[in-house]
Amino acid sequence: MDLLWEGIRKAIILIVTGDPEVMGILWLSLKVSGTATLISLVIGITGGTALALGRFAGRNFVVGMVNTGMGLPPVVVGIFVTIFIWRNGPLGFLGILYTPKAMILAQAIIATPIVMGITLAAIQALPKNLHLQILALGATRVQTVLLLVREARLSLLAAVMAGFGGVISEVGASIMVGGNIKGYSRVLTTAAVMETSRGNFDMAIALGIILMLLAYVINLVLTRVQQSERRGG
Amino acid sequence: MSAILQATDLEVRRGTRTVLCVDELSIRQGDVLALIGPNGAGKTTLLQVLAALLKPARGKVLFKSEPVTSGAAGLAYRRQQAMVFQEPLLFATTVFENVAAGLKLRGVEKGRVDRLVQENLARFGIAHLAGRPARKISGGEAQRASLARALATEPQILFMDEPFSSLDPPSREALIEDLEKVLKSSGITAVMTTHDHGEARRLSNRMAVMGDGRVWQHDAPATVFCKPANRFVAQFVGVDNLIAATVARSENGRLWLSASGRQIQASGSAAVGTGLTVCVRPESVRLYRNGLTADDAGANAFTGRIIRLIPMGYFHKLHLDCGFALSALCTDADAVGWSVGDQATVAIPPACIHLIENPP
Repeated sequence: MDLLWEGIRKAIILIVTGDPEVMGILWLSLKVSGTATLISLVIGITGGTALALGRFAGRNFVVGMVNTGMGLPPVVVGIFVTIFIWRNGPLGFLGILYTPKAMILAQAIIATPIVMGITLAAIQALPKNLHLQILALGATRVQTVLLLVREARLSLLAAVMAGFGGVISEVGASIMVGGNIKGYSRVLTTAAVMETSRGNFDMAIALGIILMLLAYVINLVLTRVQQSERRGG
Repeated sequence: MSAILQATDLEVRRGTRTVLCVDELSIRQGDVLALIGPNGAGKTTLLQVLAALLKPARGKVLFKSEPVTSGAAGLAYRRQQAMVFQEPLLFATTVFENVAAGLKLRGVEKGRVDRLVQENLARFGIAHLAGRPARKISGGEAQRASLARALATEPQILFMDEPFSSLDPPSREALIEDLEKVLKSSGITAVMTTHDHGEARRLSNRMAVMGDGRVWQHDAPATVFCKPANRFVAQFVGVDNLIAATVARSENGRLWLSASGRQIQASGSAAVGTGLTVCVRPESVRLYRNGLTADDAGANAFTGRIIRLIPMGYFHKLHLDCGFALSALCTDADAVGWSVGDQATVAIPPACIHLIENPP
């Protein structure tokens, strides 16, 4: 228990004093996971909406793939991204291995199926004829998609929360493709793993608490937006 | 008047099954056409094809003689029509914004949007709800908002898919009243689907009876109800009495028909021996009491035994065995004293008989 209290005490000190190394890690975590979530939102919402509205051969197969992808193990993503961006890999020319860009790529791959799957479910949960009603109101194809997404916005906020929650807390892919380089590609999760392996449990607990606080604050903001929208009806 | 919308040779398939097969349907400018028929008749499918929301496997729809393209590609046509569904399908925003939705999608300037929205809110008596969240108004108010949204875009054709079926009777009655005024005052062409005969008769000047994906009769409502084209239409529009008969004598536009050993007189001409179906609405059958005999009651009068009495709100339906089955409708007051097993005298006025040829 002493270890736990010591960790909490240290976390408070690190946050209050604004420890430059921790703040750097925090900022990079936000930047990497935030960017990855944004990318996944663009691809996931577009793809999820297209899947929900589209009727094409093999659609069920694609939906099955997306649903499977919602539980994609980060380590598996890490392995494949590493192979692809390895010096001799198909995307090796990009030279992004062990950089935050590689971490963003891996995290976007993890978050995209989550966002796409939730978007697909959200659009399909809208009233059956809403799509036809929007077309009958004289909407173009783009206006139709935008209106449907607007109507599903409460559920889509859940997609943002799930996507961001999935990537801010993952460690397997980030450590494999980012390398946990101090001051460059070290994020909260990879730093916590490293501190634990070194036996610095107080620092590891402190990083864990900061990670949870970060996830909580962001989800709190999104939840408030979601609930106020719901009340506004 | 010229046709504003024409459909020819339409066919819609679901998998290998044909769900719609319409050879020809023409809607004139200013017509209010009611598509009526049982569940699964193809009414909604036809409505969606006419509204260019569903692409047929075969055939074409012409709007003012121009071919209509279905789906997202048919934007120009879709912006000249409007559709109201069974459920109001309002957006999660205010009533005002909902009614303005179609106008904003067309990029109409703000002043005009405000004017048209206010006009249409007032038209349906919901101006006071403009600022309210659309999801927090009653079902009747929501359907009013849906109609206001459709008409705000000043469409040339209004499509309505069972617009009143989800409403309670008072809300439905009030909305039908208002819609009737709007349709009459605007002269807009409209096509609606409904199960309700009363609704259809009240709002429409043309009626198409559908069944099994086909249009069996397209006529004025009075013709459909009194002169059904076939047994299917007759049964659907409430012509309960369909009596199989054979022409026994034909003279000077008058027919003497034989039905289960009884003789029925009707107007018309047909060769002796022709098999016909005598159609009589139960409302047209006259019921006599006080011991009046069939001979006293005159032509087409029969004595029968009451085999069933069904209360139907203010009315009672009497099923009689007159040699052939016959049903009659009478008010609650007229039904007092009748009970199953009683003998009754009924008469079918020859003018109320419609004859249809039996299928070959």
